[in-house]
Amino acid sequence: MKLMEYQAKKVFAENGIETPEGFLIEKKEDLEESFKKLNEKAVLKAQVLAGGRGKAGGVKLVNSLQEAEEMAENLLGNRLVTHQTDSNGEKVNSLLMEEQIDINKEIYFSILNDREKQKNIFIISAEGGTEIEELAKNNPQAIKKIRVDQDVGLKEYHVRQMFLQLEMDKKYYSSFFKLISKLYNLYLAKDASLIEINPLVVTGENEFIALDAKVKIDDNALFRQKELEEIRIIPDDEKDEVEAKEKGLSFVELDGDVGCMVNGAGLAMATMDIIKHYDMEPANFLDIGGSSDPQKVINALEYITQNENLRAIFINVFGGITRCDDVANGFKKALEKIDVNVPIVIRLTGTNEKEGKEILKKLGHDVFTDLKEAVLKLKQVYSKSDK
Amino acid sequence: MSIFVNKNSKVIVQGITGRDGSFHTKKMLEYGTNIVGGVTPFKGGQKVGDVPVFSTVSDAVKKTKADTSILYIPPKFAADAIMEAIDAGIKTVVTITEGIPFQDMITAVNYAKKNSVRLIGPNCPGIITPGETKIGIMPAKIFKKGKIGVISRSGTLTYEVVYNLTTNGLGQSTAIGIGGDPFIGTKFIDCLEEFENDEDTEGVVLIGEIGGNDEQVAAEYIEKNMSKPVVAFIAGKTAPKGKRMGHAGAIISGSGNTASEKIEKFKSCGVDVAELPIDIADIFKGKF
Repeated sequence: MKLMEYQAKKVFAENGIETPEGFLIEKKEDLEESFKKLNEKAVLKAQVLAGGRGKAGGVKLVNSLQEAEEMAENLLGNRLVTHQTDSNGEKVNSLLMEEQIDINKEIYFSILNDREKQKNIFIISAEGGTEIEELAKNNPQAIKKIRVDQDVGLKEYHVRQMFLQLEMDKKYYSSFFKLISKLYNLYLAKDASLIEINPLVVTGENEFIALDAKVKIDDNALFRQKELEEIRIIPDDEKDEVEAKEKGLSFVELDGDVGCMVNGAGLAMATMDIIKHYDMEPANFLDIGGSSDPQKVINALEYITQNENLRAIFINVFGGITRCDDVANGFKKALEKIDVNVPIVIRLTGTNEKEGKEILKKLGHDVFTDLKEAVLKLKQVYSKSDK
Repeated sequence: MSIFVNKNSKVIVQGITGRDGSFHTKKMLEYGTNIVGGVTPFKGGQKVGDVPVFSTVSDAVKKTKADTSILYIPPKFAADAIMEAIDAGIKTVVTITEGIPFQDMITAVNYAKKNSVRLIGPNCPGIITPGETKIGIMPAKIFKKGKIGVISRSGTLTYEVVYNLTTNGLGQSTAIGIGGDPFIGTKFIDCLEEFENDEDTEGVVLIGEIGGNDEQVAAEYIEKNMSKPVVAFIAGKTAPKGKRMGHAGAIISGSGNTASEKIEKFKSCGVDVAELPIDIADIFKGKF
């Protein structure tokens, strides 16, 4: 899960990491009081999960209440499109109003995991800001990557290497060391998969302040991060996916018209590739996962049939830990509940195949063992389906 | 010969009393896997079928001399169970579990490495040496003893490919699911090296997917080190691009994690790439 900037900054502040003074604005009427508290000079920042807000007009300095109100008017309740969103953008439900900070230096900082080296990794650069990805390409020396072994943990020499990269006066080292230690502890304690601060600034008063905050939490660890799970905000365009996930399904809606239900992500992707190869377009990615709960099949069929463009449904199950008879039973129950008015082609093989096929044959469905034969059948019924 | 496991592997099942653990214990025994015991905390002394249950891995190893373990353990407790197996002296740990927190897995993966333990998975279907032993959840009947080594990041897609090989007369030496998680104990190149040295293996299928860059690393390895033919398939050409957050991911991985970039990399390293999983056997024809 991703935290909104204001949520991440709250977690930072609770853990002794400096952030600008700020207030959350959920409606225009909240602006005046907060603006006065900040001595009538502020930064307004659209609260969305996507990056690239600055360039998209989602972050602005405001020096009068009128300016603040105009910006709130433009953003609140509307969708912000950035280069990291799709063309629909992301809805802005709140703004963060913060004090303006006197900046001496902008640093790029992040902690994440490096799957290749199987370690956690720090990335730091003296040249923070929005052009950091270009910098990584054009001038890689300007970016320092420090991997920290899990057993060894964060040591002084790691922090020294990071600090030297910044070419700053030694007087800053002690506060820098404290900051990095706090951030690493936070990263581990909250099961974060990403903490990114861009920029981390050095102020006129010689303090380090996190001007931005992007924090991602490992979904697999939410069982031990209850307080974060409770504040979770799900963007509108991810609602279906997240809801499906709670039901044990991976579901992503796509633009095509062939509904897919598959067990296993790899096979689900390969099934979409095959559908495309035979000149059809998948309507969704749907992985019912590796378990044997018949209810999942019912939920899955509900998701698939929500799509109005549907011309055919293709079920491809290769049982391993998923048992074919459980899938068939779920399918039978699903058809009792859901009215399906497009042709369905089923390929079912693997664990408990015989039992599964018998159940489906009693329902009057042809069931294929071979994938290619199944896809050719799909192609045939698809061509006849006039939806 | 085969890689990592064979008919001499003495296997214990961690989580043997659960729904999946007990079901697949039965299936593995039917296949002929030498299952010598099971472990479920606080259930020592019970039996699952004829298999004795122990409360700790250490007890199980002392009594049975097991060298291999398979885990059907919920994600909350899985990393703990991996490290318990390592400390008890198990040499090959196969982890089926999906959804383990990644920090737990970084610890477990590095601990396995430090102790020279072969950790397979997590989030994988296991490993099978057809005709000898099945340590996993894969449907046994699609496999056939033969000369193709199979390595895959995906579970069910492995079955699809094996089905394609077997129905076209190509059996398998060993088929291994390395798992779909970012942090796994055994990577493509570990298996490629073993298959290159395994005298019963004459060709290798590599099944990859979008995300990460293990396929690129494997492609370069094949070009430099493999004399046996390798056919690759990469799933996810039609997968939509994931939404991003921040810059860090892009800085660390650069580019190259889409299916088409991976396919290009294999081709540029002289590795055959199958368009569809059902084309793989055809590509092998004429290579032996």
